[in-house]
Amino acid sequence: MDVLAKALGGLSLWAIPFLLAGIPAYAFARKVDVYSTFVEGAKEGLQVALRIAPYLVAILVAVGAFRGAGAMDRLSDGLGPILAPLGIPPEVLPVALVRPLSGSGSTGLLADLMKAEGPDSLAARIGAVMAGSTETTFYVLAVYFGAVGIRRYRHAIPAALAADLAGFAAAVAIVHFLWNG
Amino acid sequence: MALVWILLLVLAFVSAAIDGRMDGLTQGALEGAENAIGLAISLAGILALWMGLFRVADAAGLTRKLASLLRPLLARLFSDVPRDHAALDSMALNVSANMLGLGNAATPLGLRAMEQLQTLNPNPRAATDAMILFLVVNTSSVQLIPATVIALRAASGSPAPADVIGPTLLATSVSTVVGIVAAKWFARLSWRKLPSLAGEG
Repeated sequence: MDVLAKALGGLSLWAIPFLLAGIPAYAFARKVDVYSTFVEGAKEGLQVALRIAPYLVAILVAVGAFRGAGAMDRLSDGLGPILAPLGIPPEVLPVALVRPLSGSGSTGLLADLMKAEGPDSLAARIGAVMAGSTETTFYVLAVYFGAVGIRRYRHAIPAALAADLAGFAAAVAIVHFLWNG
Repeated sequence: MALVWILLLVLAFVSAAIDGRMDGLTQGALEGAENAIGLAISLAGILALWMGLFRVADAAGLTRKLASLLRPLLARLFSDVPRDHAALDSMALNVSANMLGLGNAATPLGLRAMEQLQTLNPNPRAATDAMILFLVVNTSSVQLIPATVIALRAASGSPAPADVIGPTLLATSVSTVVGIVAAKWFARLSWRKLPSLAGEG
């Protein structure tokens, strides 16, 4: 199991430097105008940040009020004893529940969780791994099925939610394995 | 999402009323609004970096390369789509673009895949097994580098913001495999089967 921990750690450590050097070098060798292509893409990144800002205001105001009013403590106290045996910190619940519904909503909640519990807390790490490994399932289903006029989703929702649930369970297990030893 | 939002606000109000913490609620809300803009700004830099980098990757043909690696895998997975069907190409490109974090490029490819799958659909109002499997793969297999999550961790002062990359890849593999198994398994349950496809599978 130590090998797994080392492999995951090495992957995390090497991924960004490798891509940061490798992609531009590879593209340059293939005669891509790397600099201006990068800047074009970066412009799009700024637009994304600008576009999600109002959504972040909406969700952070709501969760700020929720936390400030003591409702988050209530939730943690109420659900803590039920979730503790499963290794699930109750603070991660809002992120996990909103993740399939809204990308910017779960981004805001995850930011709030990191601020409240610390980015390297067990809860924030579980939230981070889960958020990175699942998608806004309901949104994607609505857009893709809507685009071709599908009305009957059949087993799409149960199957997609099974995947999300597995992603969450895996996040809980992996984070415990790596950082709660 | 509207419901979640209202629920958070109303529950905050009720909880504050019970505990007499109206000042806490107001303060929390105002701080949230302020933090949101700071957060958007600190996300902007890292998002710009990734979108720039992966735009370069795309221009170098890496999306296509990844798609050509994925296509045989998808052809095997989507046993009810003819092996030379264009839908397989679109799906492979969509999944590759998603893996590279090119969300804006991925969506039109995914919608094209859905249209191509729709041409194989005997009942255009009901999802086919292939469509469901595609959406499960789409929603469960995501970015190789979870850029937004890393940006959030960096913005909140983690000393090693990238150390969730490995664990995230493992978790996303688990969710993809479970999703595929679930989609295949649910498709076999006859009670929701499309009558016209009853013989298959």
